[in-house]
Amino acid sequence: MKVFWDLFIEFFQIGLFAVGGGPATIPFLMDLPNRHDWYEKADVAKMLAVSESTPGPIGINMATYAGYNAAGFAGGIAATLSLVLPSIIVIVLIAKILDKFNKNPYVKAAFFTIRPAVTGLIATAVLGIWETALFTTEDGSFQFPIGSVILCAVFYVVMNLKKLKKLHPAFWILCGAVFGIVFQM
Amino acid sequence: MKELLQLYAVFFRIGGLTFGGGLTMLPMLKYELAEKKGWVTEEELLDYYAVGQCTPGIIAVNVSTFVGYKRKGIIGAIFSTLGMISPSLIIISILALFLEQFMSNQIVVHAVAGIKVVVCALMLNTVVTMAKKSLVGGLCCVIAAAAFVLAVFTPVPTVLLVILAGILGVILYKAGGLKV
Repeated sequence: MKVFWDLFIEFFQIGLFAVGGGPATIPFLMDLPNRHDWYEKADVAKMLAVSESTPGPIGINMATYAGYNAAGFAGGIAATLSLVLPSIIVIVLIAKILDKFNKNPYVKAAFFTIRPAVTGLIATAVLGIWETALFTTEDGSFQFPIGSVILCAVFYVVMNLKKLKKLHPAFWILCGAVFGIVFQM
Repeated sequence: MKELLQLYAVFFRIGGLTFGGGLTMLPMLKYELAEKKGWVTEEELLDYYAVGQCTPGIIAVNVSTFVGYKRKGIIGAIFSTLGMISPSLIIISILALFLEQFMSNQIVVHAVAGIKVVVCALMLNTVVTMAKKSLVGGLCCVIAAAAFVLAVFTPVPTVLLVILAGILGVILYKAGGLKV
């Protein structure tokens, strides 16, 4: 039973202190092997790669993986639930407060200027995603894969065609997977 | 009960179809929640992302908690979040057994290379439509550009940028330069 308690304590802490989403959990995950033998430090890099190839948030995937190694399927569930518990508590509290103050002009003014800032930040993140997904080779140096860049542009144009605009994003993801397999990308 | 199951199902779909984590689920969130279901507006999604950036935890989970809470209170928040994490739990638990084989499988490698390209296109699409909606007026454009430049070229943490943007709004409102 002690392993479940340890998983709870460790992942609850990560969930509570990792501010800024998935990537913010990485330093905490690198620190964990210093105290527990659930996985090795090198596994974190491997897990990052796996998370790119499997659906789901990276932090959740990593917690599941660590918990699974520590105590099987139940361990995976324990670690993941512990990781999300602080978020649920904090966000429910904030949602309650926002409900109360969303008519307040100061809160409205703050969100009015926060929204464009977040759009700018999302654009930054998209740039980061492009950089890792398209322009970085496996050993970390710069590349310009002309074929992939053109394919990306073609996909962008096609998904904005009037008749195709309403298609589920998952359809395009599936197309991408088929393309990748057929053309041995 | 029906809407709780719907919340679980929608977030299960989003969690199960998102590659690359966090922000890459934005196109899916926008499609499922704003366009198809009409549960939230795109402005609200931006607000949730803003709050999600400044609060602890994984952003995907923060957003699902927000949406679930908005629809059905605390129990809705729990169902949404469970939906979001279920695909990871299932997939990673299965994969943990043969991680090496999965990662070196050539079909997987090719499929992922193709998926990456599509994710890049989807993200561009999302950021463009979001910009069209949220960048109304010169002030908004300046703020967005400033946030972009600061985030790309300086080490200022994201949390701080969000907070600074909020403070700017309050100051402008007090000075009478902002009508809300």
